[in-house]
Amino acid sequence: MKNVEAYITGVGQSEVGMKLTRHPLLLTLDAVREAMNEAGLTIGQIDGVSTYPGRVAAMPGFSPVGADELVDALGIRATWYAGGGEITSQLGAVVAAVGAIRSGQARHVVCFRTVYEAAAMARPDEYPMWRRDRVEGNSQWFSPFNALSAVTWTAQYAMRHVKRYGLTREQLAQIALTDRAHALLNPRALVREPLTMDQYMSARMISSPMCLYDCDRFTDASTALIVSAGDALDEVSCTPIRIAAMAGTVERLSWDQAEWMACYATGVDLWKRTDYRPADVDTAQLYDGFSFQTLAWIESLGFCEVGEGGKFIEGGKRIALDGELPLNTFGGQIGAGRLHGFGFAHEAVTQLRGKGGARQIPGDPRVAVAASGGGPLATALLLTKD
Amino acid sequence: MAGYAATSTRPIPRLDSDNRAFWTGGAVGELRILHCADCQGYTHPPRPVCRHCLSERVAPKAVAGSGVVDTFTVNYQKWFPAMEVPFVIARIALDGVPGVFLTTNIIGCPVDAVDIGDRVRVVFEQHGDVYLPLFEKAD
Repeated sequence: MKNVEAYITGVGQSEVGMKLTRHPLLLTLDAVREAMNEAGLTIGQIDGVSTYPGRVAAMPGFSPVGADELVDALGIRATWYAGGGEITSQLGAVVAAVGAIRSGQARHVVCFRTVYEAAAMARPDEYPMWRRDRVEGNSQWFSPFNALSAVTWTAQYAMRHVKRYGLTREQLAQIALTDRAHALLNPRALVREPLTMDQYMSARMISSPMCLYDCDRFTDASTALIVSAGDALDEVSCTPIRIAAMAGTVERLSWDQAEWMACYATGVDLWKRTDYRPADVDTAQLYDGFSFQTLAWIESLGFCEVGEGGKFIEGGKRIALDGELPLNTFGGQIGAGRLHGFGFAHEAVTQLRGKGGARQIPGDPRVAVAASGGGPLATALLLTKD
Repeated sequence: MAGYAATSTRPIPRLDSDNRAFWTGGAVGELRILHCADCQGYTHPPRPVCRHCLSERVAPKAVAGSGVVDTFTVNYQKWFPAMEVPFVIARIALDGVPGVFLTTNIIGCPVDAVDIGDRVRVVFEQHGDVYLPLFEKAD
């Protein structure tokens, strides 16, 4: 059996909004259809489906569509499929698909992430959260102390950076300011209003040092990526983007025991699996469920030394569209909406193909990094046009 | 606002054979962490095997109950209407228990009086059969 390379071919996205009424399966179909159209593929050519985190019955808005539902709804005959949350974060679904492609189990795998949290919160009768009298599992180690949101967990990593390395709010603000500036140029972005430094500095604190604008917000949307085999590219009509390297880490899954964020080990591992170097990267699309996670990814991937992330982004010029490392050019999750990991790979492919429209970075970008996850989970993809 | 007002609005753990010793130790004033009789290592969260040497000779052991603030955050967001804010969420590195952290609250002082490296000591807050280990500044 020969080992083939894997490529991202079609990419697609549904409308992005809050409190949408379109059924989440139909949003997923919208994203998949756009991805297939771009790739010039039809349902009959799709033989694999991969998603994160699969259907989560206890939190219906968090993941309302499972891989098996998509297989059934679209009439896909799958030779391989997977959907689960026990993987190294959201883009782990793409990593799993690459494994299936490389081992010859599938030729064109649809990877998707559908989120419906804003709609579910607005319509609790239709999308009820499961309520329990008592907490169990990993949640028992922090929710009794009302550390109820990932922002309170991420903020503790951020606070260590503040105290150890002197990260300032003005520095951290550049993630949100950059995201929101780029979102203005993205017609599908959720938040299309400018954000100023004064607004950021006067925002209410959520969990110090993270303020309101350091957080993404619940979004309804679906994002799809098709991963295709290198020996099936003659079936595809778009510019294929090679998945040149992948890395992921988990060590202590429970956030309370993870001494440091998993992205740091993941960044080191990524560069062991490629001859490309950080200096070769033309654009970085780095997870920003909370702004500090992006700063940690910048350090993790070697764009600067550990502890220097604040200075690296200071003033924002370096990470602007015309900077040396254009960052989250679609607006990230803070600007474009909580697409939950998949938006970063979608945008990396879009930029490498030169299809970014008003937000297209200058020159002829050939190398991009897309990363998902924060805290104890991390996944990084190196994507190239070569 | 100084400190954190205890309320009945905290989510409370469901007791099982793995976690009962940890969550009920406060009834006798003990902070109990799973200890390995073979390698002397500690494992948390508790489970029937040592995560360092895979020995099954593990049992809850009362530890000193003192430690250092590894990191913290001040939570300002009301995650439910009855929540009283702000309050400190902290991660404690326990004395004599390498590799184990507890997420907890620092109580009994103003929220702006907490810093990384502060010495702290456990105090228990009872919720029925469960005793939550909270921490106060030690000096």
